[in-house]
Amino acid sequence: MPPTAYHAPETIEQAVNLLSGDASARPLAGGTDLVVQIRSGRAAPGAIVDLKRIAKLREIRREGEGFAIGAAVPCTALKDNAALAAAWPGVVEAANLIGSVQVRNRATMAGNLCNASPAADSVPALVAAGATCIVVGPSGEREVSVEQIPAGPGATSLKSGEFVAEIRLPGPAKGGSDAYLRSIPRTEMDIAVVGAGASIALDGNGTCTAARISIGAAAPTVLLVEDAGKALVGTKLDDAAIDKMMEAVRAACNPIDDKRGTAEYRTAMAGILAKRVVQIACERAGGNS
Amino acid sequence: MNAPESKDTFKVVGTRPIRPDGVEKVTGKAIFGPDYKASNMLFGAIVRSPHPHARVRGIDTKKAEAVAGVHACVTGADFPTLEDTIIRMGESAGSTTDMSQNVMAQGTVFYDGHAVAAVAATSQEAADEAAALIEVDYEVLPHVIDINDAFKQDAPVIHKDQRQTGLGEGEKAGPNVSTKFVMANGEMAKALEGAAATVSEHYSLLPVHQGYIEPHACVATWKADGKIDIWCSSQGAFNIRMLTASFLHLEIGRIRVMPLEIGGGFGGKNSVYIEPVAALLSKKSGRPVRLAMSRSDVFRATGPAPGAEIDVTLGADADGKLVAADVTFKYSAGAFRGTDAMTGVMHAISQYLVPAFSVTGWEVICNMPKHAAYRAPGAPQVNFAVESAMNELADELGLDPLDIRIKNAVAPGMPSMMGTPFGEIGLVECLEAAKVHPHYSAPLGPNQARGVACGTWMNFGGPSTASVSIAEDGSVLVAEGNPDIGGSRASMAMMAAETFGISYDEINVTIADTSSIGFSMMTGGSRTTFATGKAVVEAAQAVIEILCERAAKMLEVDVGDVEWMDGEAVSKSAGKRLTLKEIAVKSGATGGPISFEKGVNPLDHLPGYGVHICDTEVDPETGHVTVTRYTAVQDVGRAIHPAYVEGQLQGGAVQGIGWALNEAYIYNKDGTLDNAGFLDYRMPVASDMPMIDTVMIEKPNPAHPYGVKGVGEVSIVPPLAAVGAAVGNAIGKPMRDLPISPDRVYSAMNGKG
Repeated sequence: MPPTAYHAPETIEQAVNLLSGDASARPLAGGTDLVVQIRSGRAAPGAIVDLKRIAKLREIRREGEGFAIGAAVPCTALKDNAALAAAWPGVVEAANLIGSVQVRNRATMAGNLCNASPAADSVPALVAAGATCIVVGPSGEREVSVEQIPAGPGATSLKSGEFVAEIRLPGPAKGGSDAYLRSIPRTEMDIAVVGAGASIALDGNGTCTAARISIGAAAPTVLLVEDAGKALVGTKLDDAAIDKMMEAVRAACNPIDDKRGTAEYRTAMAGILAKRVVQIACERAGGNS
Repeated sequence: MNAPESKDTFKVVGTRPIRPDGVEKVTGKAIFGPDYKASNMLFGAIVRSPHPHARVRGIDTKKAEAVAGVHACVTGADFPTLEDTIIRMGESAGSTTDMSQNVMAQGTVFYDGHAVAAVAATSQEAADEAAALIEVDYEVLPHVIDINDAFKQDAPVIHKDQRQTGLGEGEKAGPNVSTKFVMANGEMAKALEGAAATVSEHYSLLPVHQGYIEPHACVATWKADGKIDIWCSSQGAFNIRMLTASFLHLEIGRIRVMPLEIGGGFGGKNSVYIEPVAALLSKKSGRPVRLAMSRSDVFRATGPAPGAEIDVTLGADADGKLVAADVTFKYSAGAFRGTDAMTGVMHAISQYLVPAFSVTGWEVICNMPKHAAYRAPGAPQVNFAVESAMNELADELGLDPLDIRIKNAVAPGMPSMMGTPFGEIGLVECLEAAKVHPHYSAPLGPNQARGVACGTWMNFGGPSTASVSIAEDGSVLVAEGNPDIGGSRASMAMMAAETFGISYDEINVTIADTSSIGFSMMTGGSRTTFATGKAVVEAAQAVIEILCERAAKMLEVDVGDVEWMDGEAVSKSAGKRLTLKEIAVKSGATGGPISFEKGVNPLDHLPGYGVHICDTEVDPETGHVTVTRYTAVQDVGRAIHPAYVEGQLQGGAVQGIGWALNEAYIYNKDGTLDNAGFLDYRMPVASDMPMIDTVMIEKPNPAHPYGVKGVGEVSIVPPLAAVGAAVGNAIGKPMRDLPISPDRVYSAMNGKG
């Protein structure tokens, strides 16, 4: 077995060249998925292109009202950015549920997204937040919504030589906030049996003006449940609206029975967690109005 | 040698000094199994079966042998053919041919992960590459994992001519039944008829792993003189020596096992898996060979404790006095027979005095790794069923669950299940202490409820050796043959210090290799502090006698005039005293080196008892269970080092809580293990646990110089039913199947359980 080549480019262009020049090359950010896969024999890339030496990818910067988060920013660094943590508490919390503290000191949201696990914790929160990502590759740069990246368990829509360079979050809506929760049998060090993210905005009267609900581990990819959001917009989040939202979430679920949970339990929990994240996001939004 | 009545007479016993190996272990300097390296050693890799049951038609190692750096390959054909004999290892036993086949398949693989071949090379990478190139031709056979399926008459046959013990004359059992074991007394059926209240239910549990953090690893070297050195961690270096010698058909004396620090065993490191393979690879290559398991190997090929299907019927009179108990269970054994069904029967109802009982244990072979001992092996499963039924019986009679246990608890002088009277046991004291503990009457919050259970483990004594020697400057050295798992260096040093009348810091304890001290049975059965402690005390007493003789010579007095007091030889008539150091310095002139090696074989150990109180909070929407408060009460005899005794109580409780809530072996339909890692084999993490409060009831064992009773295993027995009762009380539905995972609680709450 030839040893895997390791490259540490310092610019995005160099990284694109390395990745597009070798179909067996894989980008590496935190490495908390890729290195584990290599060690267990599930991945055998011919080359690794480490993105961590690219200064731009290690930054969180303001982009208008919103935020641009480099692909090599570790999850724990998100907590240290006070403006980001205030604007998108659900996203920052979700990213800081992954693995352990040690893992989160390395792991990145871009990696969590491109690993394309339906159970990725940060992804439902990003989808609910309406996040996009900047994809770079041999044919230049494009911006796509986060939910368009995963194509199925372990598969992405990225083309050969492409990688996610940046995740962009919009500025939070006025009177808006977000939340993410997951169901795990333990309290930490676990993978979501099911997860739910919500981003909600309320007007001064407490009427919901915008809502995005996303669920994880309930289908082959993380889902944006548009009907769930629609069930809430224009309501005061009364019980009937919440019930309708939960029903839309359950209807969108297409989970599997596996060692982590049954399809029936996952579907039921998706509804419960969606209700709870809407409640938390509303409490937070109330504080922001 | 009766234990002193008051603890106050001790100076060292009962204090909490820092263990000598502690700092080395927490700073990463201690050498554990996987850390050991020999110069010029090769790295081994094992090829494991991807099938749960298959005939091995052929193994082709040619491609592997062609890989650069490969020095040796080994298959089942390299193992000698053995005569089947039964080897007893304390709380377990096994057949040599079974255990040898478990080390490496010899014609048939019996479980996913079963070793079929091994290779040694100059690097781990080369060994792994070569292992992947070993071609094994399998003829896949029908498999069976589930206990009930394996028990059937028409089940897939795992071993042709399975040896079946305990069947009645003419009694027929399915082809995978290996053992039937029955204990009965009185007229059970008649007694049940007359009962004022009865409970009759079925309970089930899945296999769980011991979950030790250190994977199995060893280095072995087959030397030019035909002798073998092995470095490994285990629960008993002598056990590794004996089993390796048996499987390789060698005299025991040719093998020397050097014990390394052990990172957890819990019963699972009494077995031998890799040492004979490393020895054979070394024989073929002429170099030392290291073999180490991955975590996935550990889950797939070692350990689990039996899963169980259990029926319990209890009958009581109107006052709650048990009149009859009928218990029948099936335990899985994995690919080869074990002994947990027997210990299960012995511990099924042994905490209660029941006039009429019948306990039947079946052991069933299935296509899982050969099961291994796990902390109180065989006891927690049946205890879960019986204690859960006891809680249901208390509910039916409107009795407090501790009161009904106090009414039925065994006490000194009462007959055991075998009819022999109990010695100084402390179950009643534990139950009474639990009842008055503030936890038992503390108010509960919304969605919270409380459960209790009690449990027992017989404990053990058996053969141990210790030596005590005095260095030329008066330093005291103690050597024992038992690995230090739960702090035995510290407890041996404390008992030696107490006996000599010197301070703890003055005792230096070594874990000796198998050629440097006499036989010591493994560290298991909660036997070490009791039996090895006895050996240490008796060796120290013998050395004190020598020291007194030497002092008599030095002081020119009669030896009868010399008394040992507080670390000094005192002659009343001469009005003089000599320190240990003064005697040691002059030992060359008074008779030479001072040392004594003592072998003991005590069997006057006493069983231990525990009572646990558990509070849980259940999320009414999701079924998630949080353990909010936990108290473990246990009769510990005398706590030599109370902090380590408390640690044993806490550790067992945590493992039992994990067993109750989320741990389980999960197999795919194709018979392969689906959760061979700590991500999906859900052991508790620290944040899952409340502080485990402990109450030590000290009722000394009169047969031990310091009153020791075994403490390490009792604590895993009661948690299963205590947690089950707490969750059941919280949701108003009994939980009779483990693990009590959130989806099961959710189903029970929604009427589907």
